[in-house]
Amino acid sequence: MDREALNRLRWRCTRRAMLEMDLLLGKFLDERFPALTPAQAEAFAVLADMEDLELWPLVNGTQHCQDPLQAEIVAMLRDVRVK
Amino acid sequence: MSNVNIPVRKFDAVIVGAGGAGLRAAIQLSEAGLKTAVLSKVFPTRSHTVAAQGGVSASLGNSEQDHWHWHMYDTVKGSDWLGDQDAIEYMCRKAPEVVVELEHFGMPFDRTDEGKIYQRPFGGHMSNFGEKPVRRACAAADRTGHAMLHALYQRNVRANTQFFVEWMALDLIRDAEGQVLGVIALEMETGEIVAFHAKATVFATGGAGRIFHSSTNAFINTGDGLGMAARAGIPLEDMEFWQFHPTGVAGAGVLITEGVRGEGGILRNSSNERFMERYAPNAKDLASRDVVSRAMVTEINEGRGCGPNKDFVLLDITHLDPATIMKRLPGIREISIQFAGIDPIKAPIPVVPTCHYQMGGIPTNYHGEVLDANGQVVKGFYAAGECACASVHGANRLGTNSLLDLLVFGKASGDSVVDALRKDAVAHKDLPANFADRTLARINRLNTQTGGANVNDTRLAMQRTMQNHCGVFRFKDKLEEGVRKILEIEKEVARTEIKDKSQVWNTARVEALELDNLIEVAKATMISAEARKESRGAHVRDDAPDTPENPNGRDDKNWHKHTLWQRDGNKLSYKPVTMTPLSVETIALKTRSY
Ligand SMILES: Cc1cc2nc3c(=O)[nH]c(=O)nc-3n(C[C@H](O)[C@H](O)[C@H](O)COP(=O)(O)OP(=O)(O)OC[C@H]3O[C@@H](n4cnc5c(N)ncnc54)[C@H](O)[C@@H]3O)c2cc1C
Repeated sequence: MDREALNRLRWRCTRRAMLEMDLLLGKFLDERFPALTPAQAEAFAVLADMEDLELWPLVNGTQHCQDPLQAEIVAMLRDVRVK
Repeated sequence: MSNVNIPVRKFDAVIVGAGGAGLRAAIQLSEAGLKTAVLSKVFPTRSHTVAAQGGVSASLGNSEQDHWHWHMYDTVKGSDWLGDQDAIEYMCRKAPEVVVELEHFGMPFDRTDEGKIYQRPFGGHMSNFGEKPVRRACAAADRTGHAMLHALYQRNVRANTQFFVEWMALDLIRDAEGQVLGVIALEMETGEIVAFHAKATVFATGGAGRIFHSSTNAFINTGDGLGMAARAGIPLEDMEFWQFHPTGVAGAGVLITEGVRGEGGILRNSSNERFMERYAPNAKDLASRDVVSRAMVTEINEGRGCGPNKDFVLLDITHLDPATIMKRLPGIREISIQFAGIDPIKAPIPVVPTCHYQMGGIPTNYHGEVLDANGQVVKGFYAAGECACASVHGANRLGTNSLLDLLVFGKASGDSVVDALRKDAVAHKDLPANFADRTLARINRLNTQTGGANVNDTRLAMQRTMQNHCGVFRFKDKLEEGVRKILEIEKEVARTEIKDKSQVWNTARVEALELDNLIEVAKATMISAEARKESRGAHVRDDAPDTPENPNGRDDKNWHKHTLWQRDGNKLSYKPVTMTPLSVETIALKTRSY
């Protein structure tokens, strides 16, 4: 991903409505995103485009993801530790 | 780049901010047929208003008897008598109207069996002038803010409001007479700098909670509107007043709901002591937010904090049945695991009092018109929402009153613009020749700075200083030292350096520009707090304790007044609190006790 696209994604991951999402997506971008396959990166971009109140229930496990690839990314997001 | 190269776009009105306040204002303007631009750093429905879950207050009286006058009384008392009583009456009287209007815009409020808007109780909201709790909060499940933004956004789409998404306003344009003529803004996608030339400018940029190290606010809350106003010579009012929530996760800031203590959670210090028993023998861990927060800070200050730096206390629910935790406190376990690295079934959660809400802001009257340091209306300039100070929250905000503030003053500011533009149906006033000089100088400085300060490090230094010197419980020496430190940090902010100098999607530049705004708010807060030698509402000083002459440390004789901080020379001045409501009698000064 080129600098521009990555910066755009970074902005959309770290300027969100909920602090929880800023923290998780920002950390994910730093730690996990670089190692994703192109298909996984695509799935992450779709998730990052969701509104916080759609994404948060998936991440905190109160709802489940239908799409298998997205579910894989959600599982990774659930593994992120912000400390 | 010089002024001549800057593209100019003309609108009747420009609104900066697409949260609840900005969107509500925009409806008034667009529906009145004005050509309206709304700028936002993010897509409108990603604004921080989404985070509001609790609800919006209005004395609808759907579940039991209620009256706007009771709501007004609660708000004045909640404000510790620092709120302006004309503005508070205006807001509480308008509340039923704006909430019902929102319902008509499509807001999916929870309903009673008879189909009316369902209402629930919320801290500080009482019936019959403080007698007993009343059901006044209207909510849409736990997604009130989200639902509100969606309803307002749809209405704006219908009214042809023009949105400029992922645009950051950088500075106000003011002419020699002080009239506001629009803003200079940066389009992130192109890096282009554009002037929005308008007959009226409305700020609805939200709060600045990120000045503190521990904050429940999302990263976007960098106080841009306050920074822009301060740089343009507009004062900031009552910036010493910030509401803290006792239980934010230490480090991350993520909020742990009061419900955790409601379900039996216990606060402990480093010796595992349930310290709240000493501070509030009856209510213990369920004492009011300010009492709990202060007790926590006292424990930490006296060396009984936990962890390697002894800088947090513990919220313990390990004695609760795991099944109860999962059932009654859904999501809390996940939050603790992800943001504290702790499974609360097995170990207690590290918590600290955490900044939550900004009571002060850009001074306005109850029409949403911005006021200068002499109390005169600044022509062409309006503000509403958390960035503004009308002042309805005074020294302390009641829960659910801020979503109400957005609706009432968003609408009022919109109406004021419509009126003003109707009255003098003027053409655009010419832009002054040097309108972008200050902004361009800032950008050029960033582009050419070498050997400068790192943006993240400088921001962190500012946040730590605010947290340690100007937190929930304040001390004379620490405040004085805090002023010195924050003025030192300001010098670093003036020489920040970014490695990425590119045009397009340069987020490093944007973050440096956000820091320019944060530091203005930090200075205003620290300097105003150091100067106010009393305790009132959320501003609590160790050297202004509870005495018979000054109950709760409040000193009405000397300090019943609003602070105005000005950037130029860090000048402080004061103005009286408006004690005369619009139609009812003054709610006279009294000790605030619940
Ligand atoms: C966790 C949490 C829970 C809360 N719960 C409640 C509750 O239950 N009830 C209640 O009444 N209050 C609650 N509050 C407070 C309330 O949510 C806020 O005070 C309110 O939403 C602020 O709305 P606003 O429209 O002023 O600003 P925001 O919603 O913050 O919107 C600000 C807008 O300004 C834009 N902006 C900012 N700077 C710039 C710039 N330089 N250029 C362009 N655009 C810019 C942003 O993009 C955004 O669109 C809560 C707050 C928090 C943190």
